[in-house]
Amino acid sequence: MTADPVSQAAPPLADGLFGRSADGELHLRGGVHRATGRIVFPFPEGGEEAGYDSLPLPRRGTLWSFTIQRFPPVAPPYAVDISGGFTPFALGYVELDGPVIVETRLLADSFDDLRIGTPAELALETLVLLDRGPVTSFAFRVPAA
Amino acid sequence: MSGDVHIVGAGIHPFGRHDGRTGLDLGVFAIQQALADAGLDWAQMQFGFGGSYAAGSADSVLPRMGLTGIQFINVANGCATGGSALLSGYWAIKSGEFDLGIVVGFDKHPRGAFGFKASDWGLPHWYGDIGLLQTTQFFGLKIQRYAALHGISPLALARVAEKAFANGSLTPHAWRREAIPLERIQASEMVSDPLSKLMFCSPSEGGAALILASDRKLRELGLAGPRICGASVRTRPEGSFEVFAPSLSSSSGTSPTELAAAAAFEMAGVGPQDIDLAQLQDTDSGAEIMHMAENGFCAHGEQEAWLAEDATRLGGRLPVNTDGGCLASGEPIGATGLRQIYENIMQLRGQAGDRQVAGARLAYSQVYGVPGLSAVTILES
Repeated sequence: MTADPVSQAAPPLADGLFGRSADGELHLRGGVHRATGRIVFPFPEGGEEAGYDSLPLPRRGTLWSFTIQRFPPVAPPYAVDISGGFTPFALGYVELDGPVIVETRLLADSFDDLRIGTPAELALETLVLLDRGPVTSFAFRVPAA
Repeated sequence: MSGDVHIVGAGIHPFGRHDGRTGLDLGVFAIQQALADAGLDWAQMQFGFGGSYAAGSADSVLPRMGLTGIQFINVANGCATGGSALLSGYWAIKSGEFDLGIVVGFDKHPRGAFGFKASDWGLPHWYGDIGLLQTTQFFGLKIQRYAALHGISPLALARVAEKAFANGSLTPHAWRREAIPLERIQASEMVSDPLSKLMFCSPSEGGAALILASDRKLRELGLAGPRICGASVRTRPEGSFEVFAPSLSSSSGTSPTELAAAAAFEMAGVGPQDIDLAQLQDTDSGAEIMHMAENGFCAHGEQEAWLAEDATRLGGRLPVNTDGGCLASGEPIGATGLRQIYENIMQLRGQAGDRQVAGARLAYSQVYGVPGLSAVTILES
């Protein structure tokens, strides 16, 4: 595996999820389907990988839709440790400048800041997983309204 | 190609929670009722198609009904399993290969939201780890954007649920049989914004079965029943917004429901304006609203006015989910699509009691399933 581009205390959520551009900025790794030009996130794994070129995704975009996960997601598959209590979290889709719309957890000071069309920027979020401990996950942050 | 295909018998086990009965029990009950309804014996069935998501293999009805050696095929197509089983039975007769057979769907789910496994859907493990593999989120996300684009209000979402429980109170096979005031729906706790608890259906239990016959068999045995004049299943095209999607294409496309609706209308030679009543997938109130337009019954955004005018209530210009839909009956995945058709048959026969749509002649049903497919059936009395 390639060196960890995240360089956070906690290992990345998944290998190959992040990349680091020449200018030193962290990005999400998407894939361009060579035959059709279709852009996807994440970069496909396994047998599908061979048909794709890696593409650094823009760090900024606008909120395309959002919702709030008010109850603890069904576990498994949900693997975040909520033994200390569950806090509702926001999630949604962010339309990245240009190529693709990405689903993500969202960070906001208040759920009231969530508005379709509001700007959103890639951020890192440390999540504690039941089986792996702390990991560095991705999220998008929306500014205070 | 052979002539028309008719539905000559229909059976249902009431939906809801049935401790002490297996999902299979519910399926067998529905088959026995459908046979009795048609006045036929199991031994006369030439084929079967059946589906269950969480209650075992549908083929398990065979030892209970009789090991007659018939062709029986298990069908699995998410929440569209019932609609897919019906389409399979339709083609079995339409091809000329068979004259008489049965389709069945049943299910029994644990309480609480559905749990899924990322790898079953070709998704990376981390997608489930961080809490994105939850179908309720998709329904919230889809109506959130749709409402913003097309001017759908929280009041409209509450009206759909209020209508569902009102219709459910008139329906013997429904689970939720008490009308719920609008104010209580509006005040119920949020589950996945903008959808509250009473705007979502819950996993439940139920079974439904239909008997299909060719024109020839219908005449030979002196049977009767509505004609299947349109039937289709379509999957997600490029650019559609579907459940369990870590990314979407920036150029939005059409939906599987729009494709399935267009195919079924073309096959039937009728249009949305000809339909007398419709059962539309209402996993949540937002889904019913979006499906009104995706199936062609109104333009995007017109739902707000339709709901304010009670156009989709009993007595309105297009009654929708006359038995209360999934909101009132819950969602047993294998059975839902056939429940919709059962309700349409009752309506076309004039046997729908207090919820009867007067003079119903053309009845429409649409069921949507994970990971992005839709099944449509149009029946003519």
